[in-house]
Amino acid sequence: MSRFRKWLIGFFVLAAVAALAASPKQMSVTVKETQVRMTPGFMGKILAALAYGDRVQVLDVQNGWAKVSLPAGKSGSSGSRSQGEGWVHLSALTDKKIVLKSGAANVGETASSGEVALAGKGFNKEVEAQYKENNNLDYTWVDRMESFVVSPEQAIGFLQEGGLDAEGGAQ
Amino acid sequence: MKVPFPAIALAAALPLLLLGCETLGTLSDIGVASGTITESQAASIQKSAEAVEKSFEDITPEQEYYIGRAVAAFVLDRYAPYSEEKSNDYVNLLGRGLALASDRPETFGGYHFLILDSDEINAFAAPGGLVLISRGLLRCADNEDAVAAILAHEIAHITRRHGLKAIKTSRITTALTSAAITATQTAGSEELAALTSTFQGSIADITSTLINSGYSRAQESEADLGAVTIMQRVGYNPRALVGMLAIMKKKLKPGGVDFAKTHPDPGERIKDIEKSLAGKPSPPAPPPQRKARYNTALGKI
Repeated sequence: MSRFRKWLIGFFVLAAVAALAASPKQMSVTVKETQVRMTPGFMGKILAALAYGDRVQVLDVQNGWAKVSLPAGKSGSSGSRSQGEGWVHLSALTDKKIVLKSGAANVGETASSGEVALAGKGFNKEVEAQYKENNNLDYTWVDRMESFVVSPEQAIGFLQEGGLDAEGGAQ
Repeated sequence: MKVPFPAIALAAALPLLLLGCETLGTLSDIGVASGTITESQAASIQKSAEAVEKSFEDITPEQEYYIGRAVAAFVLDRYAPYSEEKSNDYVNLLGRGLALASDRPETFGGYHFLILDSDEINAFAAPGGLVLISRGLLRCADNEDAVAAILAHEIAHITRRHGLKAIKTSRITTALTSAAITATQTAGSEELAALTSTFQGSIADITSTLINSGYSRAQESEADLGAVTIMQRVGYNPRALVGMLAIMKKKLKPGGVDFAKTHPDPGERIKDIEKSLAGKPSPPAPPPQRKARYNTALGKI
């Protein structure tokens, strides 16, 4: 790698660190559920579970993982030293504030659409029910398919048994 | 030194951005064809174009989830599921492991895999993580690494949101992207009808792409290279994708309604993949357990 490139990367890392230090970023959980782990990787011990819409403060970002401080009442019971902190994969988070059903009435006045996403807006359960009825579709196997759940721990166990690199999840 | 090139490409792209996405796609294609810009420069222009054309990104993961369920329901209306538990468990363990190593390990409803009881060579990656693969396609794989190649290719379509990109941008209206309306789920019946009609159109855009026209050649190439990356991260042999495509090439019937219709010729795909793998070492041979579990789960698929 050329010196210039190293310098350039160093500059961006510093700038990113400075930006993070200046304003700790708030992010929201954008998936049904996710886990907070002790280390940045799917092999990390689970400290707590987060649900759709939960807000976290992002303290650091490493290889696709965000170090977050947990919202009140979510700190794990596993007695970790850095209580109230852990790692969440960035694909489970969004910059937008997710507003759940309750108290969403005046959201349009308080923020622009780029900053807020309303849970249950647009394509939702109601729309699905209507679509299903209009097209006489059977969702039985879609639901059954969704019931095939493999946890990260099971998937990693499977990879290890096959002589594969279970750390692959941490990029 | 490589640094200035993207900058030049970007500067050159700026006036083009004003012309809109459709025109831009064509212009960058012409640029490549006439040799005035390199492929990577074209890719970076394309990227800028996508940044402007961001409406499909405003579809939240929650909405993507409902779109994916509808696409899967549409596919399952036409193909019977293969209900054999052992085989489905195996593709779910393997698929989930690969998804963990992708750039998007978490989606709203997670990744789930189902085998279709069909001799066609076909697979459907519904947005959000529902992957349907035919027995005919799995028969193109003769070991676990090759099955991993098939699943990783489908996962790559999902991480890159190729399905959502098939939705005509004109459908993505403020009804979906503006926070100011429909603050709660209690939409009126008129609004529900309008949303359902948009939904219906969006699903039709995606399913007609999956079943009739296929993704663009560039998107298929992205999914192949994405599959190679995922396989390398986990330790599968990415050359298994080449082996699988070679079997597929032999099995595909010209004029068929399956991959023959919706995917570039396997021979062309093999060439592109081999180019990206040139000079790269292969991982060690698979241990006996990996072969044994493949034989148990899919040996007779």
